[in-house]
Amino acid sequence: MSLATIGSHEVHVDDEGFMTDYDEWSEELGKTLANNIGIDMSDQHWTAVRFLRDDFKVEGETPTLRRVSTVGGVSTKELFQLFPKKPAKKMAYIAGLPKPAGCV
Amino acid sequence: MTTTQTAPAIVPDFGDDSEVRKICFICSKGNLDMAYPALIMANGALNEGVEVDIFFTFWGMDMLNKGTWNDLQFSMLGNTAMHMPGSTKHLPQGLGGLPGMTGFATHMLKKQIGDLDVPEIPEFLEMLHEMGARLWACQLSVDMMGLTKDDLYEGVEDIINVGEFVELSEGAQTLFI
Repeated sequence: MSLATIGSHEVHVDDEGFMTDYDEWSEELGKTLANNIGIDMSDQHWTAVRFLRDDFKVEGETPTLRRVSTVGGVSTKELFQLFPKKPAKKMAYIAGLPKPAGCV
Repeated sequence: MTTTQTAPAIVPDFGDDSEVRKICFICSKGNLDMAYPALIMANGALNEGVEVDIFFTFWGMDMLNKGTWNDLQFSMLGNTAMHMPGSTKHLPQGLGGLPGMTGFATHMLKKQIGDLDVPEIPEFLEMLHEMGARLWACQLSVDMMGLTKDDLYEGVEDIINVGEFVELSEGAQTLFI
């Protein structure tokens, strides 16, 4: 874990560039992180990312795609369209959370 | 006085520019404990941006057949690794032959895996299909079991023969389960 800048903010990140401090994140940072990986945040993107943030706060772990779909209400198909190829990891990155640990 | 400049954070590599990787799974078993690993690995591959094809053959057809897909069984017979949750003591194989034991073992497996939020087979296939997996039924198995496409899950791409499967799996890593 080291200090790095994202936009004009100084935050803690891990070796891969994922933020490591829940409270350092803001929606403005989320938007910058999304832009870093070529994603322009729409309302649908925010629905998924906000669910990740809220769920993490309660459960203490990053929700899996299945949980985003069954509990968060954004279908798996839609998640693949919004965050192409690796939706679980991309959402976690944008939400300033660790990669999900669950397999399903 | 010196100031320390913090470096910009690195951006993770999500492989967007990498060549598409492809994995084919051949599901040949209809036991519940052989169905889950295949689907869980396929799900993991899709999560990693891998293209996935799943070819169901022989008893693996029971996963696609709407008459059987929700009734796959787990037997402790022939499974010498069988032990109760939380215990390392193996159960005697003879127990597996007692009436009702397969039903009990199936119930236990479904409960344990369900507690981890892993869906049952029909919902799992639907999920994989939504994620972009292509599901294929084996022509020979369909003929052997007297099935038609109407008997199978609607998300199945097609019923194909081995030659067609070999063609579509060109360049892919293939796992026989």
